[in-house]
Amino acid sequence: MADNKREKLSGMFREFLDQESVVDQPTSLAAYECDGLSAYRQLPLLVVLPETIKQVQQVVTLCHEHSIPIVSRGAGTSLSGGALPHQDGIVLSLAKMNRILNIDQLSRTAVVEPGVRNLAVSEAVQHLGLYYAPDPSSQIACSIGGNVAENAGGVHCLKYGLTVHNILGVKLILPNGELVILDQQSLQSQGYDLLALIIGSEGMLGVVVEVTLKLLPIPECARVVMGIFDDVEKAGNSVADIIAKGIIPAGIELMDNPAIRAAEDFVKAGYPTEAEAILICELDGTEEEVEAQITRVEAVMKAAGADETRLARDEAERLLFWSGRKAAFPAVGRISPDYYCIDGTIPRKTLGVVLNEIRRLSEEYKLPVANVFHAGDGNLHPLILYDANNEGELEKTEELGSKILQLCIAQGGTITGEHGVGVEKIGEMCVQFSELERNQFHAIRDSFDSNGIMNPGKGIPTLARCAEFNSMHVHHGELPFPELERF
Amino acid sequence: MAIKIVERDLHEEFQAKIREAAAKAEALKIVGGGSKAFYGNATEGEALEVSGHSGVIDYDPAELVITLRAGCKLKDVKALLAEHGQMFGFEPPGFSDEATIGGVIACGLSGPRRAFSGAVRDFILGVKILDGRGDVLNFGGRVIKNVAGFDLSRLMVGAMGTLGVLLEVSLRVIPEFETETTLGFVHESAEEHIQWINELGGRPLPLSASMWYKGQSLIRLSGSERGVNSAVAKLGGEPGENVWDQLKEQSHAFFSDISSKNNGHLMRIALPPTTHFQLNQDQLIEWGGAQRWLHGDSELEVLRGRASHFHGNLCVFRGSSESKPTFQLPSDAVLTLHRSLKSKFDPARIFNRGRLYPGL
Repeated sequence: MADNKREKLSGMFREFLDQESVVDQPTSLAAYECDGLSAYRQLPLLVVLPETIKQVQQVVTLCHEHSIPIVSRGAGTSLSGGALPHQDGIVLSLAKMNRILNIDQLSRTAVVEPGVRNLAVSEAVQHLGLYYAPDPSSQIACSIGGNVAENAGGVHCLKYGLTVHNILGVKLILPNGELVILDQQSLQSQGYDLLALIIGSEGMLGVVVEVTLKLLPIPECARVVMGIFDDVEKAGNSVADIIAKGIIPAGIELMDNPAIRAAEDFVKAGYPTEAEAILICELDGTEEEVEAQITRVEAVMKAAGADETRLARDEAERLLFWSGRKAAFPAVGRISPDYYCIDGTIPRKTLGVVLNEIRRLSEEYKLPVANVFHAGDGNLHPLILYDANNEGELEKTEELGSKILQLCIAQGGTITGEHGVGVEKIGEMCVQFSELERNQFHAIRDSFDSNGIMNPGKGIPTLARCAEFNSMHVHHGELPFPELERF
Repeated sequence: MAIKIVERDLHEEFQAKIREAAAKAEALKIVGGGSKAFYGNATEGEALEVSGHSGVIDYDPAELVITLRAGCKLKDVKALLAEHGQMFGFEPPGFSDEATIGGVIACGLSGPRRAFSGAVRDFILGVKILDGRGDVLNFGGRVIKNVAGFDLSRLMVGAMGTLGVLLEVSLRVIPEFETETTLGFVHESAEEHIQWINELGGRPLPLSASMWYKGQSLIRLSGSERGVNSAVAKLGGEPGENVWDQLKEQSHAFFSDISSKNNGHLMRIALPPTTHFQLNQDQLIEWGGAQRWLHGDSELEVLRGRASHFHGNLCVFRGSSESKPTFQLPSDAVLTLHRSLKSKFDPARIFNRGRLYPGL
């Protein structure tokens, strides 16, 4: 059955796409069966790889006419299953649309196709003293189109913003095949902010085929100081103290003891393995500014109870301090057969409560958790260590992950800071948003995609999905964490 | 002296009025402080006074986030933030002491800092609204990083109240700068200024505002004492007049001349900053070239055509009329999306009819 459909469809796409731009052999399709969240796998009917805007329009129009689900895919690095294929649909890969179309030094903008890698942009404009600020940890591989779909963040968000703050315009193919331009290069757009609506919409409102990026001047100087603490809460408090002093660090990252030890074993970044927490704080700007701020940051950390502060002596040591943080995920991957990354955001002041509760849950579920934290903006990444080969352990891990996300909501936070809802957190959407709010999301989606062909089953749960989730997670009508005040 | 902001929750009253209006499909005109009543097209219906819905829901300076009822006066909130050494990064204009936070969001206007720190939409984190059915809906949140659900908070910015009544907003705030200084430079033409300011924009300097008028460029530098001093040493120039509040509030001589000479007409052309856009009349340029102010309303359609050719737009900022609507219409496809989104938030089309676009 599926084979017949597949054959018929590939014929239709081959009318306007090259032979090799339509993938229909199950062995080749397997490369697309999952994204960065490999626990979920599904073969699509077909994969198509258009090379031009016109071809994307043709693909979308054809799917619109035949109600064929479309899952757009960039580099496939999503951690939430955003690019998980649909069994009756196609994967629309933007990988071949990977050209930088224009760089304008004077206006500090770059126009790129969606398949361009994030880091490739900064590399292409470095000689002009410019860079593209959002730097998700997957930036070597992840694509700008995917960044737009997920509103990707990174370690420098607190100062330089998320993707939504750094995109000036997109060309978008609507789900009916029509091309629209959403442009804010004029800095004062009119009407509804459709550009912001598209950014972070997880491929549900259209296909982005061209992106105009804002470029920033490379700061003259960047320095890093590491604060070493015997208590996680002290480290968390010192972040608040730094910000209360009017200092916005370029990046400020917290790692707890299990994360420190894993990273140190892996990359030898010079981290103190006996510390309960470290803070890695980067300041950038002009030489004079940075020098003035670094002294203040060190003083604040010490006043907040740091055992020690270490200033990276030179650029090599600055990069070394960062290397441990940047390698935290693979480092944890070395000490455990599998790990599962959670992406909740909390008001920073609740860090102590949340970490204590995570510790308790970790003991209850008998699954170790290492925590890395974008401390400046409250984005927590607990990494749950598990072994998928042990029967039932993945399910147990997912349950623990869900508990952590619900804890974030109860503390006034959110279930996803930067990884997106995708297929992974769709159940928790039922907790974060009311039925009326979820209905509104569906209604917005209908405005763009009346057939519901764009990335169906992701992002927003149906009523039935929520009923199922609630029956599993709400016992005797009680919400989790009844003892906690809700915000 | 500590700032007191009145605590009053009127949402149930609004809800009742909205439900009544929706049932009869009667128009409501949302009125805040009335400070920007001139902005946007004329609208109809009974006034829904929202400025009484006031109060600080949550403000912890170390979180860099403030959550407010939308009727709070901008003036009071700015004073409250200043008590804690903080401010709004988008430098919103008030145009009167009565301006409310809701009006700031609905109109989506940003001040001189816009080109360097961002716009209203860059600082909004979450909203609580009453939609056209009278339902309370929450979108976004109170944390800086949040990608759960469609970004419907930013959709409220600049929507001119056509999608719902804002009840609460959460905004990101920034620390005040240690010091600020203004420098003046001579540039005969607009083109010279635009070239120069955009070249500066590509260098790591603590720029926070720029303007050009009658052959003079002014720039503002904001940051730490040492950072600003070193930038001053690099740039040279003369000490300049601190005009930024006058520009923001439009009390600068360029704007105060308007009413006498031009029947109160003022046009704003928004363009990608480096666009060459020849004009044969007096203009004042802000935001590195992205915002250009003109007196009068002559050649409106011609200028609108040229602006949209460059991916910009022209707004009849003051003095709009039925024949000269405030906002330029977007493309048909985008307008269709507007209509559809409007119908999803406000199915009976009760809120601020026509204030943004005719028929919306």
